Amino acid sequence: MRCDDASAMWDQARRALEICNACQFCDGYCALFGALKARRDLSLVDLAFLSNLCHNCRACHHACQYAPPHAFQLNLPRSLSRVRHGTYQDHAWPRPLGRLFQKNERFVLAVTLIAVAACLALGMLWVPREALLGVGAEPKAFYRVVPWGVIAGSAGVTAGWSLLAIGMAVRSYWRSLGPVPGGARWLPALRDALRDAVTLRNLGGGAGCSDRDERLSRARRRFHHAMAYGVAACFAATAVATVFDHALGWAAPYPLLSAPVLLGTLGGVGILVGTAGLAWLKRGADPEPLAPELAGADLALLAQLFLVSASGLALLAVRETAAMGPLLLVHLGSVLGFFATLPYGKFLHGPFRVAALLRAALERHAADR
Amino acid sequence: MRRCDVVVVGGGAAALCAAIAARRSGASVLLLESAPKDLRGGNARHSRNFRIMHDGPTPFIQGRYDADDYRSDLRRVTGGRMDETVADRLIGDSAGIVGWLEENGVRFQDAGDGNLPFSRKTAFFLGGGKSLVNALYATAGRLGVEVRYDSEVRRLEPGDGWAPSVTVRCQGGEQVLCAGAVVAASGGFQANRDWLRECWGAVADQIVTRGTPHATGTVLKGLLDLGAAPVGDAGYGHMVAVDARSPRFDGGIVTRLDGLAQGIVVDRDGCRFADEGSDIGPTRFSVWGDRIARCPGGVAFSIFDSAIERRFRPSIFPTIRAGSVGDLAVALGIAPEALERTVSAYNAAIRTSGGNTEGLDPPKSRVAAPIAVPPFGAYPVRAGLTSTHLGVRVDERARVLDRDGIPLDGIFAAGVIMAPNVIGRGYLAGIAMTIGAVFGRIAGREAAAHALR
Repeated sequence: MRCDDASAMWDQARRALEICNACQFCDGYCALFGALKARRDLSLVDLAFLSNLCHNCRACHHACQYAPPHAFQLNLPRSLSRVRHGTYQDHAWPRPLGRLFQKNERFVLAVTLIAVAACLALGMLWVPREALLGVGAEPKAFYRVVPWGVIAGSAGVTAGWSLLAIGMAVRSYWRSLGPVPGGARWLPALRDALRDAVTLRNLGGGAGCSDRDERLSRARRRFHHAMAYGVAACFAATAVATVFDHALGWAAPYPLLSAPVLLGTLGGVGILVGTAGLAWLKRGADPEPLAPELAGADLALLAQLFLVSASGLALLAVRETAAMGPLLLVHLGSVLGFFATLPYGKFLHGPFRVAALLRAALERHAADR
Repeated sequence: MRRCDVVVVGGGAAALCAAIAARRSGASVLLLESAPKDLRGGNARHSRNFRIMHDGPTPFIQGRYDADDYRSDLRRVTGGRMDETVADRLIGDSAGIVGWLEENGVRFQDAGDGNLPFSRKTAFFLGGGKSLVNALYATAGRLGVEVRYDSEVRRLEPGDGWAPSVTVRCQGGEQVLCAGAVVAASGGFQANRDWLRECWGAVADQIVTRGTPHATGTVLKGLLDLGAAPVGDAGYGHMVAVDARSPRFDGGIVTRLDGLAQGIVVDRDGCRFADEGSDIGPTRFSVWGDRIARCPGGVAFSIFDSAIERRFRPSIFPTIRAGSVGDLAVALGIAPEALERTVSAYNAAIRTSGGNTEGLDPPKSRVAAPIAVPPFGAYPVRAGLTSTHLGVRVDERARVLDRDGIPLDGIFAAGVIMAPNVIGRGYLAGIAMTIGAVFGRIAGREAAAHALR
């Protein structure tokens, strides 16, 4: 982003929030307005903090007496989306990779496609034809195609790197917010932040939010829950499978009614429904409060998750046919691509938002001392 | 030819409540909003709460506010300029209005959510006036109320034996519509510069209208011409102090200036003209409206230093700053010697113990602190007009009355156009919205009954 663009973006967001702070009609919608109320002058640090409290629910925009065509041209969700995206870029680790947030969808989709293509190519080159296209769901059938060490190793290294990079980015963001308010009580703050994060209280909690237009709905929250808890179920499936394999000596593939398959299937369906639903809501949404240049990054993450889930479910469906081998390679590639891009894409909104919610909760629990 | 049972003129809260109530009573309803869709909702867009009578706490309001309490507040601010029968109807019906609005899609904010100030007199709707307006339009649409935007009513004709008619200017030119009954809910004339100039003189050009530019008062004038009895006072309006850089219309709540009581306020000649410390509570906004409107050029300046500045919420417009009082005066277009003289006289008159001044005319009776720490700051101030205080007389059934107290056949009124029946002077937080919703509902029901009789 060019310098003047960035400063115009900050100025616009600051101007919008100053007007919001003088109005505060929206203070019942989400945690942002309470945190804003506690501030008189807004620094860049405040903008970075407040932008990540915003869940882009847009209820405030449709309730805004200063939104266009008003002379003030207030567009809080759009302004904050841009600042928020800027915070991902500013705190990416290693720092130079922050530029991947520009035209982010190109990077994310390219990495995913390359990962899938590479897995397929390597598989075709190295895996014997009879193993790759062999039929049968005997124990260790997956490892016939790709050895366990390669699956676990490649996924482990990629996920490990991602965790490290995400951790460093969140650490950098958290530190940039300055010292924690004195006297803040951590335990109740953690409890509040966790509750807000797992329930998405600020996204359509209570009245609902403006998923598509001025009418309030809870669809976005429900689809997000389906997707996020779907991902959680898939991780749980992997964890259970690891225990089965290593502690109990039961090798994959597992029967349809086993815990890993049930959890994975449920999670996979949740992800399909959630990502498709979120993309569908986005398609029909009133474009005015959205930042059009950021839609790509959102859709890229949804597409990645959809691909991971669809390939995983397809793998389950065809695991007793000759298509199992190639599909395993596609699934593995999509998972690797997903892991590799996590720290450099829309996924960062999760940990950043949790950090901002925790910060807001700490401020509240310091203020009411 | 009769177009529909009830025509509602206006598009704010009163009009919407009238349209919904009439439709729910079985009438076919046409609502004529003069604003385009994006700016629909009149001054309700800038509103925040309802003043309601209640016997005990509910999820939306704290404490207790009984009818006697409500009535005595009204008597106090109006100095008795109120119709007791109409006021009693307002107070009585206010108790049930929150529930009715909820049934019609309006969401209210949890009174104990930690964000709202303690209020035992008003209930706040979630998201402010525009979300209320959106919810009521959605409900009206769902119930089958026909809504027309960009449709300004130019003329009202009395019933020719069975139905009044309205002349509408819309995109396709003028059109005459007949209805079984008409509800006038089109607000005051605060956006009509010519009419304001007629009543207020040159100061009309110096003030800012805080709300909709569509409050032209055309229908109000039309009703008065038809013989409706006037109520209230054309020379009076509810005003607050706003930043002079506010837009001409629709600045709403955010252009109000908070800090006038903290520093000093001077006119364009650099002279103080009022006791800045007289009001430091909720009345601190409205007390300045009239004061500033009376200043030469309708403009004044709030002056403070960098220590005083921390004590109030800043304007949404930038502070004008200078390193010395003289330079600040130059930046404001005031003669530097005049402002310097005023500031030093004020500083010298401050009693160190009491926070007030001694031997100064006019005095500053509270929160008097020296203006001494540079940089010095200022905001230009103008009077911001919320609504005018001239209306048509109605009875407690929202029927518009002539000078003999006889109802005009089939014509009803709700909202600011009849608010001076209840609040002929002054203002109470949340009262305009309650008048709009309560008499909107009454007018809608009465109009439907009249049209379907």
